Amino acid sequence: MNQFKIVLRLAWRNLWRNHRRTLIMIAAIVIGAWSMIFMTALMRGMVDDMISDGISVLPGHVQIHHPAYRDDPTIANVIAPPAGTLLEALEGPEVVAWATRVRVPAVISSERDTRGVTLVGIEPERERDISFVADDLVEGEFLSSRDDRGLVVGRRLVEKLETGLGKRVVVMSQDQSNEIADRGFRIVGIFESKLAQYEEGFVFAGEATIQELLGVGDQVSEIAILGTDYRNVEPLFGSIDAAAGDGVETLPWNELDTYLGSMLAMMDGFVIVFIVVVFLALSFGLVNTLVMAVFERVREIGLMLALGMTPRSILGQIVTESVLLLIIGLAIGNVAAIATIEPLKGGIDVSIVGEGMEMMGASSVLYPALYLKDIVMANVIVIVLGFFASLSPAWRASKYDPIRAITKV
Amino acid sequence: MKSVTCKKLCKTYHQGDVEVIGLDHVDLEINEGGFVCLSAPSGGGKTTLLNAIGGLDTPDSGEIRLAGERIDNLGKSELASMRLNKIGFVFQAYNLIPVLTARENIEFVMEIQGVPADEREERSTAILAEVGLEGLGDRRPAQMSGGQQQRVAVARAIVSKPALVLADEPTANLDSHTAEQLMELFVELNEHHGTTFVIATHDQRVMRYAKRVVHMLDGKIVEDERRDAA
Repeated sequence: MNQFKIVLRLAWRNLWRNHRRTLIMIAAIVIGAWSMIFMTALMRGMVDDMISDGISVLPGHVQIHHPAYRDDPTIANVIAPPAGTLLEALEGPEVVAWATRVRVPAVISSERDTRGVTLVGIEPERERDISFVADDLVEGEFLSSRDDRGLVVGRRLVEKLETGLGKRVVVMSQDQSNEIADRGFRIVGIFESKLAQYEEGFVFAGEATIQELLGVGDQVSEIAILGTDYRNVEPLFGSIDAAAGDGVETLPWNELDTYLGSMLAMMDGFVIVFIVVVFLALSFGLVNTLVMAVFERVREIGLMLALGMTPRSILGQIVTESVLLLIIGLAIGNVAAIATIEPLKGGIDVSIVGEGMEMMGASSVLYPALYLKDIVMANVIVIVLGFFASLSPAWRASKYDPIRAITKV
Repeated sequence: MKSVTCKKLCKTYHQGDVEVIGLDHVDLEINEGGFVCLSAPSGGGKTTLLNAIGGLDTPDSGEIRLAGERIDNLGKSELASMRLNKIGFVFQAYNLIPVLTARENIEFVMEIQGVPADEREERSTAILAEVGLEGLGDRRPAQMSGGQQQRVAVARAIVSKPALVLADEPTANLDSHTAEQLMELFVELNEHHGTTFVIATHDQRVMRYAKRVVHMLDGKIVEDERRDAA
């Protein structure tokens, strides 16, 4: 402890002994830190966009189904609409919006073509708050009530069926008695989606209309619930799961859509890999700087050892020098990254690669997402790895023989 | 009381395939308050002996005691602690830490020892005046002459009041006038503070001040010239 102050003072002054070298190294760390945080924010923004879009397509943050529904998503596996404790939970503060749906496989026919689709009976008012359909309507109008007898169809499906707004189509499915249930619908609205599969594969009608068509009374296929933060879905899932009770299956979005769930986990891993790779590039410069700094000060280190400074303090001095260098570089890099990201939060137009982005389910406007945890992670990883990288030259310096070091020419 | 006791010290170096004898069965006793010069031609063993006494080099065999305490069998950390607390060093060159001011260099050892800041400042101010460097405490080594730097090194060596000061060719890089001033300072410290001085030198001007001159050749003591009871 006696030596801590002098070690810190020596480390700081030695850092500025060779201004140019130190400034070059700091510049490298600044660029490294900036790129770590900036690129992470871009990647996070892209994944957030993909997940938000994915969630808004249909899953919500949590869903309740019949336990057999996911294996056999037919009208045979329906559940009662929310009531009692579940309804109370759905009206709770953790829930932003919820909606029930009847969702079954069906066939849609125009006078030109026939396609297999998923028929979704929705509560339009509730659905507006939870999924994309109402927002992405590009022609016509959205369904007005549960009893609405119109049909909302995706643009691509309309093109495949060679039909259009205002035209009639026939939707056919099976009812609970395994009998064919069909009905004519007029197309009242056309939507577009970032994902082709939704535009081609989903049609929406009033929930009560579909319940009547399939003869399921007020039963539903699923209850979709939207919370406040998809990243922190566990508390919402816990309370809904408890309120839903036995006899139904309650699942969070990342288990409902394992692609999106794995995307988030993969992103976390990718961010760490990216930070470590950038650091590895930096570490060569850092270690080289320290080796040079030690090499230039062999006699001085010998003198300090001869005067009674412990080898541990010499090691501490070199490591402190490295950590100071990293702290300065990281601090400037953090500020630079935040200063760059903040003005771009309104979105970066990447329409030049828009098709590729859309294929991945992301929009052609990228919204950088800066998370404190990413900044902390980048800084901690760099400091910790920097500490270990500096141990080698520091260890060598601490092992000098004082007399041989002092007399070194 | 003996300040330094060396018994049958042997040290051999290897320079490539050649074996060089640094110390050859050296026996030496130095009383407290002694002012001893180790004199030898280059390669005669004086610096090797000085380094062994200071715990900077380990003999191959033999025994070294400082104030009765054996040091030749101590570990690196114990030797560092012993050097810190018992010995003041003045080296021939490269004596100061370039990034510290003269005052900070003087206080360096005290700071490691844990001497409180106000006491350090008081003692460094006094010693700066004593070595004739009053007002130069804020200068860095690069802003001082060779003589001034050597005085700072001396000040650092004695400021923590060690029982023993070891100096290796302290006047080698100094002009006659500065060398004389430095030796007078050593004598004054020796007489007034009772500090034991062991100086490795082949400078006749330095030897004039010694109470005892130990002549060495090829790692052996060949003559022990006592000028008083040191």
